[in-house]
Amino acid sequence: MSTATAPILRIENIHKSFGETRVLTGISLTVQPQEVVVLVGPSGSGKSTLLRCINLLSPPDSGRIWLEEQEITAPGVNPDKVRQRIGMVFQDFNLFNHLTALGNVMIGLTKVRKMSKKEAHDLAMFELERVGLVDRAHHYPAQLSGGQKQRVAIARALGMDPHMMLFDEPTSALDPELTGEVLEVMQQLAREGMTMIVVSHEMGFARQVASRVVFMEGGVVVEEGTPTQMFEQPVHERTRVFLRKIADMDSGGR
Amino acid sequence: MDFVQNLVTTFNFILQGVWVTIGVTLVALSVGLVFGVAMAMARVYGNSFLQAVAAVYSVIVRAVPVVVIIFILFFVIARFVNLSPFWAGSLALGFASGAYQSEIFRGAFQAVPPGQMIAARAIGMSKLQAIQSIILPQAVRLALPAWGNEATLVLKDSTLVFVVGVPEILRRAQQVSARTLEPFMAFSVAMLLYLILTLVTTQVLQWFERRYRLQM
Repeated sequence: MSTATAPILRIENIHKSFGETRVLTGISLTVQPQEVVVLVGPSGSGKSTLLRCINLLSPPDSGRIWLEEQEITAPGVNPDKVRQRIGMVFQDFNLFNHLTALGNVMIGLTKVRKMSKKEAHDLAMFELERVGLVDRAHHYPAQLSGGQKQRVAIARALGMDPHMMLFDEPTSALDPELTGEVLEVMQQLAREGMTMIVVSHEMGFARQVASRVVFMEGGVVVEEGTPTQMFEQPVHERTRVFLRKIADMDSGGR
Repeated sequence: MDFVQNLVTTFNFILQGVWVTIGVTLVALSVGLVFGVAMAMARVYGNSFLQAVAAVYSVIVRAVPVVVIIFILFFVIARFVNLSPFWAGSLALGFASGAYQSEIFRGAFQAVPPGQMIAARAIGMSKLQAIQSIILPQAVRLALPAWGNEATLVLKDSTLVFVVGVPEILRRAQQVSARTLEPFMAFSVAMLLYLILTLVTTQVLQWFERRYRLQM
């Protein structure tokens, strides 16, 4: 099979256990540049673990991962360098508590990308503008709402100029009225062509933005397809039941 | 000699010891800070060997009276390297304080939410960079109240260096009382000076605490 572009990410047969608990049991996934992949699945199905394997925060026990044709699971690869190319956004934001919004975006630029203070400041302000938070630049995390914190976290990741972004339930810790502002920023990123893997149960976002929905259970991919296929005519019974359940929760919660 | 003249002589004589006390305290606190932070880092982030070294240091030093450490440094180690009483005493105090400070900073490191380290690594920081730029600045702020307490304890422990003849406040009070035969006056002056030093120290540290309070 020949495609016009090489995949940006290729995951092959990843296994990961924590003690006795086998979380990922031979998962494979390929992501093309500019794709938005939404990962869904019951809790404990290994979605977050998969994201942490991809940027080597918790390296897989076995299996191989290629990022832009480079095998990042090969011995001798510096994981810090890999992580600079993969932005990550967490469920509970994890903003640096002792730094302002601006400081949160700047610190990676000065410490990791080795920019001068001036350069870092200007780029950080640009990234804050992208997420609509220039006026909050000098606020500390404790002075920001959840939605604002998450947008700062996105700006912090974008500052590193990542080639792809991982979102680990980015709106799950937010009040319902604050999820919109975060999803909007993510939607804008998708339009700009950012490759994204999003763990989320925001079905509206999946329908509108995802190029592909991947249903995981028991540490493997059960089924994947376009949002329309997955929502309208899933092949597997498990997929149908699960997606029905979260769709009901979604509409019931509004 | 009348009372006022005695008081002036006593006060002036003891006052010269204030700088020695401050010197001993500052050296001991700084040495203790370096030991304390390093040992706490070894305890929390080190491999099993470093963890064991740090744990043994903390347990042994806290089990031994500080005076014994001062004697060992002054009578044993100072025979091989040239150490004045001032330095032997200050370093010994610092070595002892390091064990207590390591416990303070260990608690502070562990109180920094684990997500901070994960987020720092996620933007490509090495473990050391993350500790330096993200964890340590927060841990220091969390440690400040307990560290302030340790600072006043070290200030008072600085009296112990008088056993090796360092002319700090207490030593001078003892000397002048032997001359004037007015121990109550001499030790009252010493007490007053310690009180002032302690109050100033706590005020300064409380200012820092307010200035760098961490909101989570």
